[in-house]
Amino acid sequence: MKLKNKMTKQLLTGGLLTAGLALAGNAQALTVISFGGASGDAMQEAYYAPFSQQTGNAVTPGDYNGEFARIRAMVETGNVSWDVVEVESPELARGCFEGLFEPIDWEVLGIADDLIPAAVTECGVGTFVWSTVLAYDADRLPRAPESWADFWNVEEFPGTRGLRRGAKYTLEFALLADGVAVEDLYDVLATPEGVNRAFAKLDEIKPHIQWWEAGAQPPQWLVAGDVVMSSAYNGRIAAAQEEGRNLEIVWNGSLYDLDYWAIVQGSNQAETAYDFIRFASQADTQAEYSSRIPYGPVNPAAIELLSEKQAARMPTADANLEGALAVNTDFWVDFGEELEQRFNSWASR
Amino acid sequence: MTSITANHTAQDNQPIAGLKAQLRRAERMKKIKAMLLVAPLALFLMIAFVMPISSMLWRSIDNTEVGSVMPKTADAILHWDGQGIPDEAVFEAFANELRESRAGGGLGRIGRRLNYEDPTFRSLLTQTLRGLPATTEVTWTEELIGINARWNETSTWLAVQRTAPTVTDRYLLAALDLERAEQGQIAKVAPNQRLYVEVFKRTLVIAGGVTLICLFLGFPLAYLLATLPTSKSNLLLICVLLPFWTSLLVRTAAWIVLLQSGGLVNSGLMWTGIIDAPIQLVFNRIGVFFAMVHVLLPFMILPLYSVMKSVPSTYQRAAVSLGAHPFAAFWQVYVPQTLSGIAAGTILVFIMALGYYITPALVGGPSDQMVSYYVAYYTNTTNNWGMAAALGALLLIVTLLLYMVYHKLVNQKQLVRS
Repeated sequence: MKLKNKMTKQLLTGGLLTAGLALAGNAQALTVISFGGASGDAMQEAYYAPFSQQTGNAVTPGDYNGEFARIRAMVETGNVSWDVVEVESPELARGCFEGLFEPIDWEVLGIADDLIPAAVTECGVGTFVWSTVLAYDADRLPRAPESWADFWNVEEFPGTRGLRRGAKYTLEFALLADGVAVEDLYDVLATPEGVNRAFAKLDEIKPHIQWWEAGAQPPQWLVAGDVVMSSAYNGRIAAAQEEGRNLEIVWNGSLYDLDYWAIVQGSNQAETAYDFIRFASQADTQAEYSSRIPYGPVNPAAIELLSEKQAARMPTADANLEGALAVNTDFWVDFGEELEQRFNSWASR
Repeated sequence: MTSITANHTAQDNQPIAGLKAQLRRAERMKKIKAMLLVAPLALFLMIAFVMPISSMLWRSIDNTEVGSVMPKTADAILHWDGQGIPDEAVFEAFANELRESRAGGGLGRIGRRLNYEDPTFRSLLTQTLRGLPATTEVTWTEELIGINARWNETSTWLAVQRTAPTVTDRYLLAALDLERAEQGQIAKVAPNQRLYVEVFKRTLVIAGGVTLICLFLGFPLAYLLATLPTSKSNLLLICVLLPFWTSLLVRTAAWIVLLQSGGLVNSGLMWTGIIDAPIQLVFNRIGVFFAMVHVLLPFMILPLYSVMKSVPSTYQRAAVSLGAHPFAAFWQVYVPQTLSGIAAGTILVFIMALGYYITPALVGGPSDQMVSYYVAYYTNTTNNWGMAAALGALLLIVTLLLYMVYHKLVNQKQLVRS
């Protein structure tokens, strides 16, 4: 009886010790949270695994659906279990303003010059670029359209066009079609006259537009012949091209946006997090990632490491960046609601 | 005499009183048992139904963001008369509480709330926060105006003042395309911002239309199901139930495939020569009706079927044998007996249709989106829960009112018939 008791005790302490060791081991691992899916798989191969291998720092990967509330709850309760999080730009802007993310010390990180300017922000480091582009089915058009002005030209290119149902992107494209220069775009859009101008331009092709809601719709419509051209996410078009569809992209006037790495406020692994972000921003790791999924690297040097075919599809290839513009997220965080309401009011009239 | 009688009755009553007490105790025990039995359900309803709905209703008027993060500022600015700019005390409280608001997400809450008053507030707050001096030995009025001249404008402080009271009607007003003008009177918003009254009307029209179509399609089918021999009706019933086992998204996507310009329906019609060019059947109101009727039809058929199953066919035959025209027999004898099924089916379909969101989002155009689409937009995309709650609350009120009217109508009809 006594012996048995002793044994139980030993077993218990042993168990506790192992559990404690496991916990301690976990505390050293860097928790990196992404959106998962195909992108998460590519990150695992391109970033997480080589990072652990080369630096000896374990990475605990995880995914989420962009639930901001979870990050807020962690920061507010002080129970921060996530270190590095992939966030989209509106969440980055909001979270940075609310103090949910650690401000990035670019002096310490020291890679600002390697990245495209849009990747360098107060609280986030860009990790990949995706773009909203003009896409068309080359088999159905008399000649290749070159700009949003051609998108508006219903005489030369008759047929229905697809645009995303919402004010974001749509207003920008309307102003570009109306001849506003890329660099003045958001200055014009920030004025009431600019907004009126965009809606007036949209009036011109309103009967020719079929509005899409999900990113999968534009390539499907293009292939089915429902629309002759459409705004679309470049990744979706690349996937359709891979299936052998003759879809083409006009990069001129495309709007690109980034996903960012952000460090959760109160993370005790800031130093490792910096190492990780630095590692994931190198040309070779970025190229590895972009070769697995058609999202553009933020490090332009990575383009040269890709095959010619892959490089041509990247939003950040030199030729594709010409005439392209980064979406002004702060503008949309501030004015989005007002403009969306006006858009919906306009669209249902 | 009276005392004797009183005494007598009192003695007589004693056993009765004891019995009564026992009876009462037994009754009470029964009641307690019954209550304990329903307690889990009541608790569940409390937690899953009453509390979320009341918290949603509260959110539609909730204005405590600034008051909870900046209590002193809110308190001080409520005493300001709205002329010129507030006094130093307000400036000081504001500057101090703004600095402290970074902790615990407070800044996010006030930034979001103030942005509803004026979309440039967030950047103003960021800039002000960066410019705040480290010392406290300064005149805050000068300091803030030095950082940004907008702190010297009456309208800026009026906006802050509007966020200070505990409750606000701004969300409910906005959900009706109304707003408070500068002097506080209620006015319509600018014509190009008007949206929600139209959306509410549209929601009722679509839900009503879907209900009527479901009734017209479902009634004959339910009748057929109820009159066929069991073996055949069971097979048909499985066909009715089959869509239930398929995901809503799959069914919606299937309609897109069928109805799009190059889809089966259009190519079939073109092949038979009925039409020359494809007609627009999807991404407009037609598509919404198609998909919603398809999804909601079983909810009409099942209540109708269960009621019709219990209506004896002999009544109708009796009416015909007494000389009624078959249609009259059907209309005056059969249909009134199925009224409770019609009532249940229509209200079920109508109320479910009111909340539809993903189907119109996928198969509708911009002018087919219903209230819940905007509720989802404000909840998920912009985090403006006040606006989402206001739209939800108004939809709830409209639904309850309609339900009451409907209930009255149906009850009256049943009374008249019987």
